Amino acid sequence: MSAGRPGYVRPLDLKRGVVDLTHGSGGRAMAQLIDELFARRLGNAYLRQGNDAALLPMPPGRLVMSTDGHVVSPLFFPGGDIGCLAVNGTINDVAVLGATPLYLAAGFILEEGFPLADLARIVDSMAGAANAAGVPVVTGDTKVVERGAGDGVYITTTGVGVVADGDDFSGDRARPGDRIIVSGTIGEHGMAIMAQRESIGFAAQIVSDTAALHGLIAAMRASGAAIRALRDPTRGGVATTLNEIARQSGVGMMLQESALPVQPEVAAACEFLGLDPLYVANEGKLLAIVAAADADALLAAMRAHPLGQRAALIGSVHADPHHFVQMTTALGGRRIVDWLAGEQLPRIC
Amino acid sequence: MKFIDEFRDGKLASGLAAAIRQAARDDRDYHFMEFCGGHTHAIARYGVSDLLPRRVRLIHGPGCPVCVLPIGRIDMAIRLASESGVTLCSYGDPLRVPASGGLSLLKAKAALSRKSGAGGEIRMLYSGADALALAQQQPARQVVFFAIGFETTTPPTALLIKQAQALGLKNFSVLCCHVLTPSAIASILESPEVRRWGTVRLDGFIGPAHVSTIIGTRPYEFFAGEYRKPVVIAGFEPLDVMQAILMLIKQVNAGQALVENEFSRAVTRDGNRKAQQLVCEVFELRRSFAWRGLGELPYSALKIRREFADFDAERRFAVAYQAVDDHPACECGAVLRGVKRPQECRIFGSVCTPENPVGSCMVSSEGACAAHYSFGRFADAVVAP
Repeated sequence: MSAGRPGYVRPLDLKRGVVDLTHGSGGRAMAQLIDELFARRLGNAYLRQGNDAALLPMPPGRLVMSTDGHVVSPLFFPGGDIGCLAVNGTINDVAVLGATPLYLAAGFILEEGFPLADLARIVDSMAGAANAAGVPVVTGDTKVVERGAGDGVYITTTGVGVVADGDDFSGDRARPGDRIIVSGTIGEHGMAIMAQRESIGFAAQIVSDTAALHGLIAAMRASGAAIRALRDPTRGGVATTLNEIARQSGVGMMLQESALPVQPEVAAACEFLGLDPLYVANEGKLLAIVAAADADALLAAMRAHPLGQRAALIGSVHADPHHFVQMTTALGGRRIVDWLAGEQLPRIC
Repeated sequence: MKFIDEFRDGKLASGLAAAIRQAARDDRDYHFMEFCGGHTHAIARYGVSDLLPRRVRLIHGPGCPVCVLPIGRIDMAIRLASESGVTLCSYGDPLRVPASGGLSLLKAKAALSRKSGAGGEIRMLYSGADALALAQQQPARQVVFFAIGFETTTPPTALLIKQAQALGLKNFSVLCCHVLTPSAIASILESPEVRRWGTVRLDGFIGPAHVSTIIGTRPYEFFAGEYRKPVVIAGFEPLDVMQAILMLIKQVNAGQALVENEFSRAVTRDGNRKAQQLVCEVFELRRSFAWRGLGELPYSALKIRREFADFDAERRFAVAYQAVDDHPACECGAVLRGVKRPQECRIFGSVCTPENPVGSCMVSSEGACAAHYSFGRFADAVVAP
């Protein structure tokens, strides 16, 4: 796509260069940005087709599709950045339906003046996450907005996957008696962002848990446990996700506060900022609703996987016409774990 | 978490609960008011009431600074930004309190940011010190800090004003809405429901934790002596609250009315003298101040002394308080006086929710209505058999 002989092309200045409006204009500058920055890093046979859309082989099964916009601030945070977050987040949305994620599409909205070095770092991170997950970015789009009309970079990713007939995970399948399992310690992503944003120097750095969960989910399926629903508790945290499932299924839930896995650093940071880890976003955790008889087997399968080592049984489902999610507190009392009211932390993912 | 989990320990709680059950007599009820929103929050969040026998009843008090701010005070803050064109800096919670004309600071903030070229703006911050820093960074803008709170937050505001004076800042001032705990307690005790009609029974107070680190326990001795009501100063952790309840029950059983200090790890009889001096230096008593729910209370709030008039936003921008009636269906006033429980308000949970608060008690997480809605409303649900 590059014009002329190599000697006539002035390469992108990835050290000091910045995004300008021509990079989104559809002309030569945009072609160069795509070639030298995006395609070189994300490169795969589908992307190299160079057409307006990717032509893809489809394994048998039903198609699963999801899309997610990422506007996290700051763009770089301990444990990750907007690039790997955009890849892992969409893979997880596809995977929690039990699907095998296959392909990703990525749309970038860049702000004029954004350093190309930062953009390269973000795309490198996307490529790393996509490679590690085995889910290529097969098509994409780039737009540039004027200075002040954006905040550096926003990334929208769309993922597709396939799921075989028969075994559907769905938020409306929780039944009284089922058990609730979380795949690990909660609240790390949100608190990593918060600590970075507020420049709070906690003694121990809190690192985002961003990770692609389809491997863990495959291991969970292989255990043969009767899984009713899976969901990744991102914005609004565990509390909000469980309320969604309770409402969808028309049931109530009872959690045990003492069973909730929370890293001490996260617990301390939440205490300090007056936040509740149950409402803080995760980017590499999932909640599973499972038949009571299979809970132990599922827990064992999860703990055998690197992303599920600290999986824990945190509560159970029961009949409740009000669909309350409640919790027995560590003190021994009872309280509601309500929907998140208002916005706890804006632009968390 | 070290030094925190110990105060939320389930084993200790069940031991204390047993002691409370044993101490509470079968032939009478106990009605205790927890003054502070911090206590209200802890009681709801940890489910303390579930561990208490039915004959021990907790009544929520008015000690939530956001809840007791009358509409007219929020209006003043909005007018400072929209009419006087200042940068008004506020903590997060007051932003959502409903004001006149369907506004709130949050809605006014959005309206101001849409109006390009409009002078005023409203910002949320975590500390008054951030407002002072903003004034230093932007010398061309008038920055006003919306100072609310009881005695705990008053010394930091005094310090800000002193710092602003030392720096010679001409663009920093404070909208002072600091209020005084003892006045609110006196108002509750003098209310007809408690004193004359006896419709609100009060057998004692769980006294403020953080406020008392500043003012000490001495100011409560008047209530114990004059009104014969026991007061136990308690920390904000759930075990603190339970211990205080046990101490109150024992006093009531013995016919005593003393000021006791459960929060001895932080509170002394005299309090923080240095902070008190600082407050005296910068502030003086207001002759009268309007509280939501409690009405106009004499000498119940602070204003900035004349020596620091340059830093008093009320003087600098000539904004005056205008009384505004609460929403006719809102029972925040009765809730703040302990006359009604949140769930006894007709609009609780239907019209008035944390997402769309009608009254101030539904706004802050320390408000009685918000605490009950967010943590305790399962207890009101009638579950079909």
